Amino acid sequence: MAIEIETPSVGLSKVAVSETHGEDSPYFAGWKAYDENPYNEAYNPSGVIQMGLAENQVSFDLLEEYLEKHSEATNWGNTSCCFRENALFQDYHGLKSFRKAMASFMEQIRGGRAKFNPERIVITAGATAANELLTFILADPGDALLIPTPYYPGFDRDLRWRTGVRIVPINCDSSNNFEITPEALEAAYNEAESMNIKVRGVLITNPSNPLGSTIKRSILEEILEFVTRKNIHLISDEIYSGSAFSCTEFVSISEVLEARGYQDAERVHVVYSLSKDLGLPGFRVGTIYSYNDKVVTTARRMSSFTLISSQTQQLLASMLSDVEFTQNYIKNNRERLRKRYEMIVDGLKKAGIKSLKGNAGLFCWMNLSPLLEEPTKENELALWKSILHEVKLNISPGLSCHCSEPGWFRVCFANMSEQTLEVALRRIHDFMNKRECMKTIV
Amino acid sequence: MAIEIEKPTVGLSKVAVSDTHGEDSPYFAGWKAYDEDPYDELCNPSGVIQMGLAENQVSFDLLEQYLEKHSEATNWGNRTSGFRDNALFQDYHGLQTFRKAMACFMEQIRGGRAKFNPNRVVITAGATAANELLTFILADPGDALLIPTPYYPGFDRDLRWRTGVKIVPVHCDSSNNFEITPQALEAAYNEAESMNIKVRGVLITNPSNPLGATIKRSTLEEILEFVTSKNIHLVSDEIYSGSTFSGEEFVSVAEVLEAQNYKDSERVHIVYSLSKDLGLPGFRVGTIYSYNDKVVTTARRMSSFTLISSQTQQLLASMLLDETFTANYIKTNRERLKKRYQMIIDGLRNSGIECLKGNAGLFCWMNLSPLLEEPTKESELILWKSMLHEVKLNISPGSSCHCSDPGWFRVCFANMSEQTLQVALTRIHDFMDRRKAMKTSN
Repeated sequence: MAIEIETPSVGLSKVAVSETHGEDSPYFAGWKAYDENPYNEAYNPSGVIQMGLAENQVSFDLLEEYLEKHSEATNWGNTSCCFRENALFQDYHGLKSFRKAMASFMEQIRGGRAKFNPERIVITAGATAANELLTFILADPGDALLIPTPYYPGFDRDLRWRTGVRIVPINCDSSNNFEITPEALEAAYNEAESMNIKVRGVLITNPSNPLGSTIKRSILEEILEFVTRKNIHLISDEIYSGSAFSCTEFVSISEVLEARGYQDAERVHVVYSLSKDLGLPGFRVGTIYSYNDKVVTTARRMSSFTLISSQTQQLLASMLSDVEFTQNYIKNNRERLRKRYEMIVDGLKKAGIKSLKGNAGLFCWMNLSPLLEEPTKENELALWKSILHEVKLNISPGLSCHCSEPGWFRVCFANMSEQTLEVALRRIHDFMNKRECMKTIV
Repeated sequence: MAIEIEKPTVGLSKVAVSDTHGEDSPYFAGWKAYDEDPYDELCNPSGVIQMGLAENQVSFDLLEQYLEKHSEATNWGNRTSGFRDNALFQDYHGLQTFRKAMACFMEQIRGGRAKFNPNRVVITAGATAANELLTFILADPGDALLIPTPYYPGFDRDLRWRTGVKIVPVHCDSSNNFEITPQALEAAYNEAESMNIKVRGVLITNPSNPLGATIKRSTLEEILEFVTSKNIHLVSDEIYSGSTFSGEEFVSVAEVLEAQNYKDSERVHIVYSLSKDLGLPGFRVGTIYSYNDKVVTTARRMSSFTLISSQTQQLLASMLLDETFTANYIKTNRERLKKRYQMIIDGLRNSGIECLKGNAGLFCWMNLSPLLEEPTKESELILWKSMLHEVKLNISPGSSCHCSDPGWFRVCFANMSEQTLQVALTRIHDFMDRRKAMKTSN
């Protein structure tokens, strides 16, 4: 009897076979359900509405108008030397005009309350790359970053997969609107220590994803005091800074630093991107702004693995150095997002659903805990599944964001038309009505 | 007396403080000299001529012509939804049209002798990213890749810096035109074993940088047999495949696999990029083509850290699907590079300098070993310095490429005008005359 000897297949690395890419999580069922049955106003009005994707589609017309008027932004001014130079430009410093435009844009978003030096801007292909890059630079494999919960699920992959760095959560809860407290910071730090894990920094997202709210100045000061005392780093991912509903409510860590003459600034690094504020996730435009010279130099060298296309840098340098355009864009974008936010919060309120008071971002943080039979993860998952399959809405459950309290969900509102949002709200209303009726009958 | 207690600066990771970024090498003096005194035909005719940069500037006019005729490639066809859809597209699969275009282009470059499936094309921001990504996937920290010498200096950083993977050289020398032999492969493998290092794969560059020559079919077959017998991977960086001087001389590993019906192909991965063949290094366009499903899936997920701008994908999808354009481009580009190569070879020969017989790439591999006082790295470095400071040419010394035979230099010829190349050749001629004269008088 012949025994078939199978040729051993050629092995891959531990990183390759690990599951830290995160795609085996149950929430991918949500994406699957949407892909298989996507809502379309005309062709598929009973399909799944995608409310799990934090995209900004409310201000494209402003970008399109700009492009219409400024063809030189995309055709290299019709001069051959411009195309040539641009196509050859692979310098990891990034186009000077682009860095200047980004610095300027970041200043405008902060209402001029902080200054940004173009020489401290490092370019990366998206914030995903920026966050990973900083993690490689600030922490060794096995070390940890402290991150307040709930947090963006993507961090589990972005910060840990290839770096081998760990995340230790700073637990926040609804008792104080999920605000970060010094006690929670201390507790997380101690937890890491008790596991013999070296903490290298704190990473905050401000405005917060998934909370959809800005971090108070006093809390930023407390966080800064904490990281200074522990002599660790602070990364502030400000990717939603331009999506704060009003210009004045957002306080950037850069403002706090400026107010104190940049004392202890060498431990602070700001991440930014145009994927959310400008709605250009496809263009892969991220930046690291660091107050630490060695980090800037090292990040710049490391950005060789993830540079922004010079063609795209050119387009954005043009657009973002047009102050008239940017001022109008920032103002209008804020207003439209606020309007959408109000629409969804009112709609949810009418359906008897409360949300966390938000003031920024492309989503709201909805509280469905009253609907849970028991305050458990399993119940939250079951509720999420029925919202997906019965109500046909794909929303993000708090568990996927490591929220310690079951029953909270992130609901995106800027990646669809107002009409579609209306449809979603109606479905939620009907769903809540049905549940009310069932309660009454039982 | 007050003692100033310096506050401890906040620490960075081991990766951050290591010098594997490679920029402290003595060869950066060459770049420095060029930056401080760059040749310009009109303004600075006695400046340093940059011959250390492998850029392709000989075929830009063809690209410019295309862009002139096809404005829809860069303005989203003036349809609103075109811009919007493109700006939102951040799917790590990459634009289907772009992948199809790349697969097509790669087939044309190989004269149709190999087929490429668009679903196996993974996009990365440049070949730099592609090579690093594959290293993360195929090897664990501390493992090794075997690389034939001389090799592209950038590999030291790209493959090792963040991955922690080692490079063990496969020694090749001038006794047989630097061809890779089974003995050299075996020796390198054994060397790794003796150091208790696990070899995970072989990485070849074909056509070779810095040799400027294609690898023979029989050698490719031997390499394939070697990696199969050791059950390890083979990465074939074919970034210069479109820069071979004739259509037939280049044999890709893809053709060898096709000829053997893809047996054992699950260990083979091809890297490609448009930085050399199309002269678009700024656009950051790289791809991994793997015959291994798990590698494709994992690489795709990992490419999230280094995606190609969708704006740029769109432009290239347009351009590379235009077969009239690509057929003409490939043919003309080859002819022009061949002409440049002839020009530099003849010029060098007239100066009494021999080069390795080349048939591809943007450079020639020049033999200055007769000029060395002693066949040592130190003598080579001294010679390199006088080329830089006396002759005012920045060329790449063999030791920066880990060449075991001292005295060889890589000289780029495609990143300048013919006139500038003439000036460089004249300078070399004069330099050689002076040396002959000095010898005679001594």
